[in-house]
Amino acid sequence: MVRLDLTRYPWALSILRNRWPQFLLRAVTLAGFVFTILTGLFGSVVGSHNFAIIFVWIAWWTALKLFFIPFGGRSWCSICPIPMPGEWLQNGGILMPRGKGFGLNKRWPKALRGSWLQAGGFLLIGLFGALTLTSASVTAFVLLFIIVLAFVLSLVFERRSFCNYLCPIGGFTGLYAQAGPVEVRVKDAEVCASHAEKTCYTACPWGQFPLALKSSANCGLCMECLRVCPSDNIAVNLRPWGSDLGPKTKHRLDEAFLGLIMLASVLVDSAVFLGPWGQIKSAAYAIGSTPWFIFAGVFLFAALVILPGLYAGAVKLSMLMGSSRTTLRKSLAKYSQVLVPLGLMAWIAFTISFAFAKFSYVLPVISDPLGWGWNLIGYSNSAWVGQSTSISLLLQVVMLAVGLAWSSRVALRVSGTHRQALPLVTFSGIFSFSMLWLLIG
Amino acid sequence: MKKEFLARILVILFILIAVAIPFAGQWLFSRNRINTIELHARMPENGGWSIERIDAVVDEPIHLRMTSDDVVHGIAIGKSDLPGVDIYPGEFVETTFVFDQPGQYTFYCTRWCGPNHWRMRGTIDVSGEGRPLQPEPQPLFVTLDIDIDSPPIVETVPTEQVSAERGANFASLLPTYAIDRTTYLSTSPAVLWMRLRAESALFSLSDQDIWDAVAWIWQRQTTPENLENGQRLYAENCAACHGETGKGDGVMVRNNPVWDPGNHNMDKSSGSFTGEGFVRPRDSSDPKNLLGTSPALLEGKIIRGGMGTGMPYWGPIFTSQQIENLVSYLFNFAWGFTPNENLD
Ligand code: SF4
Ligand code: SF4
Repeated sequence: MVRLDLTRYPWALSILRNRWPQFLLRAVTLAGFVFTILTGLFGSVVGSHNFAIIFVWIAWWTALKLFFIPFGGRSWCSICPIPMPGEWLQNGGILMPRGKGFGLNKRWPKALRGSWLQAGGFLLIGLFGALTLTSASVTAFVLLFIIVLAFVLSLVFERRSFCNYLCPIGGFTGLYAQAGPVEVRVKDAEVCASHAEKTCYTACPWGQFPLALKSSANCGLCMECLRVCPSDNIAVNLRPWGSDLGPKTKHRLDEAFLGLIMLASVLVDSAVFLGPWGQIKSAAYAIGSTPWFIFAGVFLFAALVILPGLYAGAVKLSMLMGSSRTTLRKSLAKYSQVLVPLGLMAWIAFTISFAFAKFSYVLPVISDPLGWGWNLIGYSNSAWVGQSTSISLLLQVVMLAVGLAWSSRVALRVSGTHRQALPLVTFSGIFSFSMLWLLIG
Repeated sequence: MKKEFLARILVILFILIAVAIPFAGQWLFSRNRINTIELHARMPENGGWSIERIDAVVDEPIHLRMTSDDVVHGIAIGKSDLPGVDIYPGEFVETTFVFDQPGQYTFYCTRWCGPNHWRMRGTIDVSGEGRPLQPEPQPLFVTLDIDIDSPPIVETVPTEQVSAERGANFASLLPTYAIDRTTYLSTSPAVLWMRLRAESALFSLSDQDIWDAVAWIWQRQTTPENLENGQRLYAENCAACHGETGKGDGVMVRNNPVWDPGNHNMDKSSGSFTGEGFVRPRDSSDPKNLLGTSPALLEGKIIRGGMGTGMPYWGPIFTSQQIENLVSYLFNFAWGFTPNENLD
């Protein structure tokens, strides 16, 4: 399939290989992270006037779903501040390749591998989301907790164990990066075969071996391999969307689980924040109360029983319609790819629905980040509550339609026959129409 | 190695900038505002006013910079004409108060922010030269020794709609004490009705005629302007609990049990801070409740507030005239007069 290797352009290659451009971005995001925690802790308790709320939950969360992932896969992870302090310590310096620093360098326990914990973390975010989303100090504590956790883990475990196995954002971006248009791959497999040291593997903070990369899910686009390869054999490709999805890539059961949790989360978030039911919203906010326990129960039931049940049913049906003999477990894993475009487009549609209305808060909080009545750039009082315009509605419908068509195509590619694809297409259809109903209805 | 050093310096520098913005900003900002008091409004459950006592000096302006940390609040000063200000969450408003008389003033929240709204009060102590605020005279309920905690309930009430206009026709027949202001203040309509019923000079009048006369007596103690002012005060301050029509079904108390005479002297502990355990106020539109009440008793209730109920004390906030207007307006509920609908 068509690929455009960016490293063929000398300027692009030097930007990617030089540590400074990336370092500067990281230093800025790290400082921004610290600033966000401070504003969350000390700034206004009124969410719409606090930088932490608006930047984390509106600006960044929107940018991640509308920009970083669709146009760069895991690109956010290449500038994410969370693992930075630990990684610098592990490397013994900021501009150092992997290896010579502190840390016990333990391997992550086998039993905890895969995306299970990430999916669990995402569920927790969903359960407590309403509170975090409105309380600046809770947001600050969550950020603080995450960065401290990542730091401590990096001292105990090797490489980016936190990113690989724990970070819920990493679970999210990794899953959907498979559909993204950027990949790191080797240029010529022969060259790698004859290179005994495999410096790229040693250098990779994510524990990937570029030669073996079939999917971009776990490559953090950090460019370390590119920097250490003695033969200039690493390519950074622009590729058509969804290139990782197909019958050839290997998949595990936890990917299906992660994919389903993401689908459940976007449904529940839409119901809570956009749906017409005030009670759901207040139940989601009243953490610890009986309504909240009911909300949590329903959420968990949807995420752990209904959606997985429907999905497993669809996969089982599809197996019955085919002739090949595989185990259910394998098929569940294989078809998990269908959930990728489906979920990604649903999240994009969900994001569009509120981003239009809420983006006007961004300039005012830059002007007055702590809500203390400052007016740094003269925009403090410019917030207007936007309307969901008809353009935004139309875009949401288009995104959901693209999601349905795309996931159907993936179902067809994975299964090979129309008959076998049908149950999964039906599953995608049910999901897409539920989303449509929640967003538009 | 030099590059590594530079990188480390940069990281530290960026983080220092991030930390410096809030702290340096705060410092710079507060430097120009040494004379400004920052006041945060919060629902009583969230802590109430961040400052509850402000000291001021006569003729020296106090600048307040205010914001709300939760819902919309407002601020006004009791017994004064200084205009009130609304306080919106996350936004800052500034206002300046100047007092020309020394004394103790009450500032209070003017927006129905929650069931404990009325607890949002603070004091401003104004010292300095000048004629001090007149202390209010002893309220009548104290001098008359009226027990305002057990208002009587009457059995004899008008059977038809009363009319003060019709009552005016009997004015010449009435004994002098009936139209005396002290009688009005200290007597309930029901008691006055009974006294008049016993007057031999009025034997020829029907029961209803006497009710009409009493209504006329009540009406002549006030003016349309005062009634209008009473109505406005009621809508702004009382209706949230007592209801638009005095039924005791305002938005703030709809979830509370209905008042019932049997439990009026409730267990004192039940009037908890959250407002739970309170019952709804009495139904003032039921003549049985209000016609047994004298203006002095109502005035006392308003000044002192309820005991063990959610009724706030308005003594420090309303002027005597305002309370009088309110009392006059309240009796309209009992007479069944419809409030002036032209009022906005
Ligand atoms: S996995 Fe999480 S912590 Fe790691 S780089 Fe990505 S977003 Fe940051
Ligand atoms: S494969 Fe290369 S770019 Fe991807 S995470 Fe590993 S070192 Fe970074």
